[in-house]
Amino acid sequence: MGTSIPVLIVKRVGLGLLLLLAVSILIFAGTQILPGDVAQSILGQSATPQALANLRAELGLNDPAWLRYLHWLGGILTGDLGTALTSRQDIASSLWPRLKNTLFLAFWAAAISVPLAIALGLIAVRYRNGFVDKAISAFALASTSFPEFFVGYLLVFFFAVKWQFFPGISTVYDGMPFLARMQAIALPATALTLVVLAHMMRMTRAAILNVMQSAYIETAELKGLRPIEIIRRHAFPNAVAPIVNVVMLNLAYLVVGVVVIEVIFVYPGMGQYLVDHVAKRDVPVVQAVGLIFAAVYIGMNIIADIVAIVANPRLRHPK
Amino acid sequence: MGAKERPLIHGSEIAIMSNELDYLSRRVAAGKLNRRDFLGRAAALGVGAVAAQSLLTSAVRAQGPVKGGLLRAGLQGGEATNTLDPALNLSQVPFNFCKQWGEFLVRLDRKGGLEPRIATEINPSDGGKTWTIKVRDGVEFHDGKTVTAQDVAATLERHADEKSQSGALGVLKDIKTIKANGKEVVVTLGEADADFPYLMADYHLVIQPNGGKDKPDAGISAGPYKVSVNEPGVRYGGERFANYWNAGKQGFADQVEIVVVNDPTARMAALQGGQVNFINRVEPKIVDLVKRIPGVQVRNVAGKGYYPFNMFCDTAPFDNNDLRMALKLAMDREGMLKTILRGYGSVGNDFPINKSYPLFADDIEQRVFDPEKAAELYKKSGHSGSILLRTSDVAFPGAVDAAQLYQQSCAQAGIQIEIKREPGDGYWSQVWNKQPFSTSYWGGRSTQGQMYSTGYLSTADWNDTRFKNESFDKMLFAARSELDEAKRQAIYRDMAVLMRDQGGAIVPFFNEFIDATGRGVEGYENHPEAELMDGYALSECWLSA
Repeated sequence: MGTSIPVLIVKRVGLGLLLLLAVSILIFAGTQILPGDVAQSILGQSATPQALANLRAELGLNDPAWLRYLHWLGGILTGDLGTALTSRQDIASSLWPRLKNTLFLAFWAAAISVPLAIALGLIAVRYRNGFVDKAISAFALASTSFPEFFVGYLLVFFFAVKWQFFPGISTVYDGMPFLARMQAIALPATALTLVVLAHMMRMTRAAILNVMQSAYIETAELKGLRPIEIIRRHAFPNAVAPIVNVVMLNLAYLVVGVVVIEVIFVYPGMGQYLVDHVAKRDVPVVQAVGLIFAAVYIGMNIIADIVAIVANPRLRHPK
Repeated sequence: MGAKERPLIHGSEIAIMSNELDYLSRRVAAGKLNRRDFLGRAAALGVGAVAAQSLLTSAVRAQGPVKGGLLRAGLQGGEATNTLDPALNLSQVPFNFCKQWGEFLVRLDRKGGLEPRIATEINPSDGGKTWTIKVRDGVEFHDGKTVTAQDVAATLERHADEKSQSGALGVLKDIKTIKANGKEVVVTLGEADADFPYLMADYHLVIQPNGGKDKPDAGISAGPYKVSVNEPGVRYGGERFANYWNAGKQGFADQVEIVVVNDPTARMAALQGGQVNFINRVEPKIVDLVKRIPGVQVRNVAGKGYYPFNMFCDTAPFDNNDLRMALKLAMDREGMLKTILRGYGSVGNDFPINKSYPLFADDIEQRVFDPEKAAELYKKSGHSGSILLRTSDVAFPGAVDAAQLYQQSCAQAGIQIEIKREPGDGYWSQVWNKQPFSTSYWGGRSTQGQMYSTGYLSTADWNDTRFKNESFDKMLFAARSELDEAKRQAIYRDMAVLMRDQGGAIVPFFNEFIDATGRGVEGYENHPEAELMDGYALSECWLSA
């Protein structure tokens, strides 16, 4: 009893949307139990009780929680993310440039790290247990094992302070020439590449090695194919599902998990934006960013699932 | 300092030396000799580095500022949540940026006096109850309109409005009426206040068209730079305002830029890499390393900020003055200053005033660490068991370490302190001014009266030590309405002594602002009021050609 691919895809996407709705409830509930008070956080140490009471009333913090949730959800469904409590600016319009920056950095980090990781994985398999394999693994594992901030500071120390090849702070802005922008993100993109490389590379290596034990690989070897051909034509397509899974996880990480790198390189992405607003208890912004992060994560996982289903007929025929 | 190092110089020698140095410093200013060589020659002539440096600064000033270029600052203290509404100015980046685009009625000078800006004069009548502000002619806003008395009055009205969220509300709430009259604004107060002109230097009080009532965050005022970039939490930019009223003295660079760099390591790297010309908040623990970096200059200046340990005078066990005194005497101020601030500060004396304030009385006996006396008073207080002190990293840099040091010095007096480390998130709303014993920071105010009114008057919103002393309040009101400075100074002195001996604040130290500038920055002169020349560094410095 096979189900057609489009139906499976629709089902997966539907499930994803349901999950997103559940996440929205969680995010809303989570932001409600944050300690502290928005008004107090906005006004900081210079808040007088008077100013506090005025601000609280003005922000509508006295409505019940469920009502605020429904308002919020309704707004999002109509494309309105609300207004930031702190700066009184439209969230969508101030968030969009940040999201663009995050995606820009993630894209270039991915464009370098994914092909590199897969190529290194393939090479490691080809020369498995030899010197090349061990060298690649050692390098990748070492770069992943160092904390991100350490890798970041090392890069800053050598490339920005000592040799001054690249800027140490990566502030990018609208209307920046493309080359200047690329130069600005050189160091953070490198740091991110180093951070995510090993995971993908090791998974590629392991998945392909797993397939290499199969009988058809032996047959291919007996046919006299060159080892790299065997890996490329027979092993890789069969190992693609777990690799895509890991690649997607890492891509999601590049979007949602790079706060530390953003801080070190002063990169105006979503992470810093989120942290600033959490600290100020700017709930609508925290909710909006949380939802976007959740959507990215769920979306990447849906893509991974779909690729796996398409690549592997067995998943289309569940027993 | 340089002169003290070598006191035995004869008059004639000085004359020859200074001729030679003058000549050399002019050569440096003209770009014909480099700074390092100059300092070397100066040293050979027996002049210390500090003296030589100041000679050089005045030579460069005499040479005149260089116009043009881009000055950039990488600063801590900016968030994506900031706005350009000056009423909401709080952290360092909005503070520094508003000094570039904003213009004020008056500003504090380096000696604690006032420098007229949009106001040419602020004069009292009715014994300090009524004040008349004269508005300067021909000052232009960035949108081309002329600054009028109406704009000034509207600005004060907006910030003094009970409904406003202005950080200046606290200092303005005693204002009863504000009236614009021709080129003057007349303000009447509920109580006489001799410090009124100083209140007008508050950094929230940027003069805006119609007081900013129409669009508070429009970023339009009459400062030396027009706002060209406003990306909260990322960067701000300004372009020189062609019709700036004070153009001879400020606004030398064509453009200024502030980049928000909250990470201290990244800030330092940006300065070293030449991406920015100024940074703020150099951590005391790395200052000595920073001094060795070629081209980088550390700029530290004693200010009015202090880091108190606050006890609630009305809450047990701190309602007992013997216990409060025991806790004050158990503070090892010198050790604290050396360890926590690495010497970049000065010891406190349990009242919030130091020599950076005008009318400071410097003859009040310094309290010192005295564990025996502390133990004796502690016994007399009858308290037993441990005392809970709450602290957090956000209270001030090194607050948690400071609490631990204090725990140890208290142990020497037989007082047991239990430390509770609170999360930084929510510290200002849940702990500070809520819990009876905690660490905090204060930024200082422009005058003693203002400082006491904000933090130590019985009825002050921020009376974070619950110090409620009738005679103290009476003295404060008396001082505020006393127009004779000598008499006011005497009252302030009595208040300081009273607070020192009965108040709830343990003040171990006053901190210094530690900033740093990069290669080629000229015209930098320390200002005791706030970091980076009271925020004016970008508009008063220039890059050497």
